[in-house]
Amino acid sequence: MQPSVRTRYAVAAGLATVLAASACSGAGGGGDDAKTITIATVANPQMQDIEQLSSVFEEETGIDVQFVILPENELRDKVTQDIATESGQYDIVTIGTYETPIWAENGWLAPLDEYASDPEYDVDDLLAPIREAVTYEDGLYAVPFYGESSFLMYRKDLFEAAGLTMPANPTWTEVAGLAAQLDDPENDVAGICLRGLAGWGENLAPLNTIIHTFGGRWYDEDWNAQLTSPETAAAVQFYVDLVRDYGEDGAANAGFSECLTATSQGNAAMWFDATVGASVLEDPESSDAAGLMGYAPAPVMETEHSGWLWAWNLALPETSQHKDAAWDFMSWATSKEYISLVGEELGWTRVPPGSRASTYEIPEYQEAAAAYAQPTLDQIANVNVTKPGLYEQNWAGVQYITIPEFQDLGTRVGQEISAAIAGNQTVEEALEKAQQYAEETAQTGGYQGG
Amino acid sequence: MSAKRSRRKGSALVGVLAWAAALVFFFPVLWMFVSGFKQEAQASTDPPTFLFAPTMDQFEAILGRDFTPYLLNSLMASIGSTLLVLALATPAAYALSLRPVPGWRDSLFFFISTRMMPPAAIILPLYIIASNAGVLDNVTMLALVYTAMNLPIAVWMIRSFLLELPTAVLEAAKIDGAGFLTEVRRIILPMIAPGLAATALICFIFAWNEFFFAVSLTSTRAATVPVFLTGFITSEGLFLARLSAAATMAALPVILAGWIAQKWLVRGLTMGAVK
Repeated sequence: MQPSVRTRYAVAAGLATVLAASACSGAGGGGDDAKTITIATVANPQMQDIEQLSSVFEEETGIDVQFVILPENELRDKVTQDIATESGQYDIVTIGTYETPIWAENGWLAPLDEYASDPEYDVDDLLAPIREAVTYEDGLYAVPFYGESSFLMYRKDLFEAAGLTMPANPTWTEVAGLAAQLDDPENDVAGICLRGLAGWGENLAPLNTIIHTFGGRWYDEDWNAQLTSPETAAAVQFYVDLVRDYGEDGAANAGFSECLTATSQGNAAMWFDATVGASVLEDPESSDAAGLMGYAPAPVMETEHSGWLWAWNLALPETSQHKDAAWDFMSWATSKEYISLVGEELGWTRVPPGSRASTYEIPEYQEAAAAYAQPTLDQIANVNVTKPGLYEQNWAGVQYITIPEFQDLGTRVGQEISAAIAGNQTVEEALEKAQQYAEETAQTGGYQGG
Repeated sequence: MSAKRSRRKGSALVGVLAWAAALVFFFPVLWMFVSGFKQEAQASTDPPTFLFAPTMDQFEAILGRDFTPYLLNSLMASIGSTLLVLALATPAAYALSLRPVPGWRDSLFFFISTRMMPPAAIILPLYIIASNAGVLDNVTMLALVYTAMNLPIAVWMIRSFLLELPTAVLEAAKIDGAGFLTEVRRIILPMIAPGLAATALICFIFAWNEFFFAVSLTSTRAATVPVFLTGFITSEGLFLARLSAAATMAALPVILAGWIAQKWLVRGLTMGAVK
């Protein structure tokens, strides 16, 4: 049977429309207009808020803001690719404290000191350790959108029921003892939730703070790997034992999200993780533990303080064609004005924390975040990024090393640790491999003897 | 009588097994669909939540994020590339089957060998070429990449359908004086139409679901639905319910296309070399 003439015309018309449509460059917005800026960002809740509120900025300035939102790893790959090939698709990029000094060294980021010196921006209000983490050779290369350290979150009600108290400044030995007493597999409550999921941004983050406070380190001052030193080995053994004995089920696959879920559903008595976790735990809509949590400083051993430091920051790629408009947005998004705007429009618990000292002086925020605002601020203020443990480091960073090779090295070491947590190998075996990887990295990267 | 009954029993058993297998395969999709109507906390409970008050919150949040441009881009890239693939693959398959050109075996192998290189190996040159040609973040570019990606498999599939054609029919047409064009238009194309429909659907699905090229070659203007989907994945906070809702919306066009093509599809997939 032959198709009718009408069918044939309809098909031809359909074809023509589709081909004509695909001859254009795409349905999304954005253009080469000087008044359009493109920002590449991660999908974290704080970034979703800024996307929602960016219309306020657009109305004030007449600048159109386009968002590219991707998961952390894809974003890192894509932005690196764009900047390294000088494609210039992005006017603002969201990067962590890890990338900032590396990218600044590569000449990929525009220095911001001149822009930020505007008194209205009040650059001195940025929290000092965070500001130090986004500074490279005395130049400011990114501005913090929100920052975090790590602390110990615990269920006050479970402590009370068990007749236990959390010391004001707990040591890891004390925490392990508490975890043993609180661990209650029959009622599905783990003594402590700790990340076991492999990754430099996952299990290595809490583990490295513990290595520091046990007196261990990754490298000495001459870049000799120290992962099998007695102090480092003791710290890793402690971490693996603690999570295997009193940690959550399936610990080798648990990261921040899994521990957050477990704690918010009442399946963990303690959780050592990012300070930003508290704002989710205290939200009655998503957490059964709201109002039941207490917050203690990151546990210590040999050092006075512990805890990591991380911030998501906005940076300006050198390849951007609209630097002034981009700074207008960056300064707005990291300003006191924006923090108040989030509080008024979306609620004070959703304010980006850990970037500005003035945030912690806002009465509404103090009230809304009463349980964790001060512990968070104290924790961030006590971080020393160049000497997080007992030794001065060649780099500024607590839970990471600011060399480009660390992403790969950290992932591989994280996998070995994760395998030890899963029980597939001993801690000694894991650390021997880790030591070898770290030594190879220092040699091939040209750090040793340099 | 008893033979009849046992046959009926047998077919009932086969029916139950078929349904059980279908449910097992369909369950993840169903779970995704159901999770889209949950609140975030309900979507990540252990043990899973089966009873809950459905909410449209997640879908509303997604529509609030301007889903349409991504959808249009995906449609343009997928439909555009599928049409182009059919237009190029059909003559190529003809020249490799019914009237084989010299060296057709090598050509056929060459086609499939392009699929042996992992996409990660070609992304850098492709990116640099696109960047220099000024076609980064461009849907036409993406449609061309998808055409190249799907062409080999389409050639192989259509070739297998052409080989199935009974030679007697083609010879009869020739004896009746049909020219080349008449033969193609009135004999070959109508006979392999189910096969073409199956090929088109597969190409459409591959292009629709493609993520790696899309995420690497686009940013704001030409980003497709899979790129939009990953924008809900976060390392800080819960996202399963919203991601499920977004994935449900992303799957709808494919389900629709499959439903439309269904009546040809069964025939198309059972004819040809893959039986």
